[in-house]
Amino acid sequence: MIDDKKNDIKAEPKEQAMNVTRRAALVGMAGAAGTVLARTASGQDVQVSSGNRPRVPDDPSKVVGKLASEFGERSSFEMLERVTGFSRSSSETPLQNLHGTITPAALHFERHHAGVPLIDPDRHKLVIHGMVSRPLTLTVAELKRFPSASRICFLECSGNLFHNAPEDTTAQLIAGMTSQSEWTGVMLSTIMREVGVDPRSNWMLAEGADAAVLTRSIPKEFWDEAMIVYAQNGEAVRPENGYPIRFLNPGCEGNSSVKWLRRIEFGDQPYMTREETSKYTEPVKGGVSRQFSLTMDARSIITYPSYPNTVEKGWIEVQGIAWSGRGKIAAAEVSTDNGRSWHAAALQGPVLPKAHVRFRHMFQWDGKETVIMSRAIDATGYVQPTRAEFMAARGPGSGPYHRNPITGWRLKGGGDVVYRVEEWG
Amino acid sequence: MRARVSRTTEVLCISPAFFLLLACTPPEFSIAEEEGERPIIYGFGSPATVEEIAAWDIDVRPDGKGLPPGSGTAAKGSEIYALKCAACHGANGEGGLNDRLVVSSPDEQFPDSSDANSWQHRTVGNYWPYATTLFDYIRRSMPFTLPGSLQSDEVYSLTAHLLHLNHIISESDEMNATTLPKVVMPAHGKFVLDDRQEHQEVH
Repeated sequence: MIDDKKNDIKAEPKEQAMNVTRRAALVGMAGAAGTVLARTASGQDVQVSSGNRPRVPDDPSKVVGKLASEFGERSSFEMLERVTGFSRSSSETPLQNLHGTITPAALHFERHHAGVPLIDPDRHKLVIHGMVSRPLTLTVAELKRFPSASRICFLECSGNLFHNAPEDTTAQLIAGMTSQSEWTGVMLSTIMREVGVDPRSNWMLAEGADAAVLTRSIPKEFWDEAMIVYAQNGEAVRPENGYPIRFLNPGCEGNSSVKWLRRIEFGDQPYMTREETSKYTEPVKGGVSRQFSLTMDARSIITYPSYPNTVEKGWIEVQGIAWSGRGKIAAAEVSTDNGRSWHAAALQGPVLPKAHVRFRHMFQWDGKETVIMSRAIDATGYVQPTRAEFMAARGPGSGPYHRNPITGWRLKGGGDVVYRVEEWG
Repeated sequence: MRARVSRTTEVLCISPAFFLLLACTPPEFSIAEEEGERPIIYGFGSPATVEEIAAWDIDVRPDGKGLPPGSGTAAKGSEIYALKCAACHGANGEGGLNDRLVVSSPDEQFPDSSDANSWQHRTVGNYWPYATTLFDYIRRSMPFTLPGSLQSDEVYSLTAHLLHLNHIISESDEMNATTLPKVVMPAHGKFVLDDRQEHQEVH
């Protein structure tokens, strides 16, 4: 049953793929050919009718259904996809189509620097050494013997903003490099005690087993909450998210949660790797660049209504997500009059620290053009800035990282919803 | 079918008193990882051997710790660069499929955030603060299609070539475990640690 406008997108899955030329062409071919057979990823043949919709019985209560299976598939009517970047080194989560706060693992954003490695979990090892009294090698199975812990938190790429986006841009493309999972693994502190970390150690290096052999230095202040995780939403971590094990640095820029983790070294100074010098740093005022800026500042985005929704005059439930790497979200506020006035939105529990929180706000639209927007306020009192406030604080040339401006959606007179365009220079 | 969303969630109203209250609350997150009895160590896994560590411990710090024996010069590096790097980074490091590596002139300054275009002009010569990072990164990740395939002498030579193209060392300067950490990069001292947490507003 489709009972509201939010589901319009889901009822027309091919609309989501209009930016993919090949897909659009295939949809066109299917239409021309009438009913065709299509094969799903699991090898199941389904009949696809004209218009690319799977064929189903007119009355499902009159036909015995399919039997139990070893691995579940989403409905063949559901076609949510990540959008991959030009170089295929990243993909983005369809924020505008998700509900609640957990990102399905298959839709978790990706960012990798030399592709997704193929790793046999039985051969993978984690070596922990440096300023420790007992250098240790752990297999994945041995890591799983330690006391386990689970935590729900977001992971966000620090470059999570499509800067000069045009009107026809989805929330997925604006901010789809944030996703949320329940991660399960071992607290770093457990492993630290096991290897006997020298109390003078104040930096650690995390290194991946991918072709980039990606490394990040993590300062001591983040160790208490850090984890080494092997599970994501109850199953093994997905390959593109670090299978078989990854570092997890809650609230911090995604690249510091080093994937395919194979080595941890404890030391007494930062290693100054390429990712923390020439890459994930940002010029700030004073002619200098900010380094080890790991914490993700508070941010929010309205996911409904957003492009390409259309809305009608009358009551509209605005929905979105808010999050902060500094801790809990204290409030999400919504403006429906282009930022002139703000209203506290309802926060849908549980409100967890360093986690996406869903917010909702009902408003009665009079049908006249307006801009709707949201802002996050976190437990430290930090308020998500406007683009102008951000530019004033950092300067126009601060680069692509850690940009968290308020995002607006323009409700046009006819009901079309488009991205509120802003120039970043 | 999509369930209707409950509307019972409390609406938070923000007042200064609210933040005062938050300031007094205990730390937001802790996992009671081990309740009850626990040993000093569990004894899982096996001691990491010297060989195991040596095979993977390839990081190089700014003070030179981690640099292997070997050496190279820009003259040698130039030949390797043409063969293994130029396809992505341009014949003279001007960039192509991938990053620009070389400043357009010796005067190219460190990016200034007041200049909207400065971000596009980051290179080894004006933005990399440590020469050792070049060695570390080339050795672990390059060339993109054959990562980890270069010998130490080749990595020293390529490092020297890029430093030379960026007007930092001369063509005949030998780079090795002693000389490389002593190279002072133009961007040295231009980086500050994160201080955003000291600010409640955007910073």
